[in-house]
Amino acid sequence: MKISFKINGAQRTVDVDGDTPLLWVIRDGLDLKGTKFGCGKAACGACTIHVNGGAVRSCAYPVKLAEGKEVTTIEGLGEGDALHPVQQAWKEEVVPQCGYCQPGFMMATAAMLDKIPNPTDEDIDNNIINVCRCATYYRMRKAIHRAAAIQSQTNIQ
Amino acid sequence: MKRNAIFYLMFTCIFVGLTVGLAHFAAASPDIEIQNTNVKNENKSLAAFSKVMDVVTHKRCVNCHPAGDRPRQGEDSHIHYFNVQRGADGNGLAGYTCETCHHKENNDVAGVPGAPHWALAPREMAWEGKTRVEIATQIMDPVRNGGKSAEEIKKHMTEDELVLWAWAPGVDDEGVARELPPLSKEEWIIAVKEWIDNGAEIPAK
Repeated sequence: MKISFKINGAQRTVDVDGDTPLLWVIRDGLDLKGTKFGCGKAACGACTIHVNGGAVRSCAYPVKLAEGKEVTTIEGLGEGDALHPVQQAWKEEVVPQCGYCQPGFMMATAAMLDKIPNPTDEDIDNNIINVCRCATYYRMRKAIHRAAAIQSQTNIQ
Repeated sequence: MKRNAIFYLMFTCIFVGLTVGLAHFAAASPDIEIQNTNVKNENKSLAAFSKVMDVVTHKRCVNCHPAGDRPRQGEDSHIHYFNVQRGADGNGLAGYTCETCHHKENNDVAGVPGAPHWALAPREMAWEGKTRVEIATQIMDPVRNGGKSAEEIKKHMTEDELVLWAWAPGVDDEGVARELPPLSKEEWIIAVKEWIDNGAEIPAK
């Protein structure tokens, strides 16, 4: 089955079984390895991407549903060489330990900041429910507040 | 002549009496008929009510008609994992919506259920912890059913894809089929129609 969608700004068409998880099309078909497999049941959030701007667990998203939509992965979060405020904050706060789950966290955070530009700790607790086995949550909380500040400054400029 | 007059008078009285009596009987018959029909329909509606409530109180329905702002899930109706919450519109929180995981159809690879317009029922439509009478009264109350008429409720309950998902709920994350409601889909549709078409009767208790 042929499915066409835009991914990180580029129009792509794939010819696969429509029930294939979008995660595997992204990683194996389109060779974008930033999105990670974690649990395969939409629980851990390592595979989080954006579909039409909203956070989606790509391991539980059949590729056929992506037809005509705009998909963004961690590779397309920033614009060109410019880091997205979330990526910048993650770098400043030295968030990752092993790093495996971090793309999913950053994509979830970017989706949240799009709706809640200045989140409270409670907003973060409620909206960012991904799992990090290195327990980098404390640094991530700092980075999320920092990302909100960077994004706010960027928007003002 | 006098005897003839008395006989004529008696005959007239008997004739008039019979005529009035028959007319009264004829007039009374439809009332009796209507009364019998009403009793029959009420009983039919009450019998269907029981079937409808067997389904409505099943976990496949109640899990997404929770009391409060946390959906339930699974065969034991535990609080939905991952801190899932109702949010402002019943579709989750701003950055973490139902669509983050649930889509328009079941995903049996991941064990994530899905159906069109997957969302929590509004808070005023909560069924969890309520009696059958309370639930039925609520379902038929336009103030608490989204302003729906009886016909609209019937259509919603028998045609809405999210309602009918209960009969095709897919498998869980271990690949185990989710439990179905106690009636078949066809029996459910008949029961809803019988309940509502016959007056949407609700028992006193």
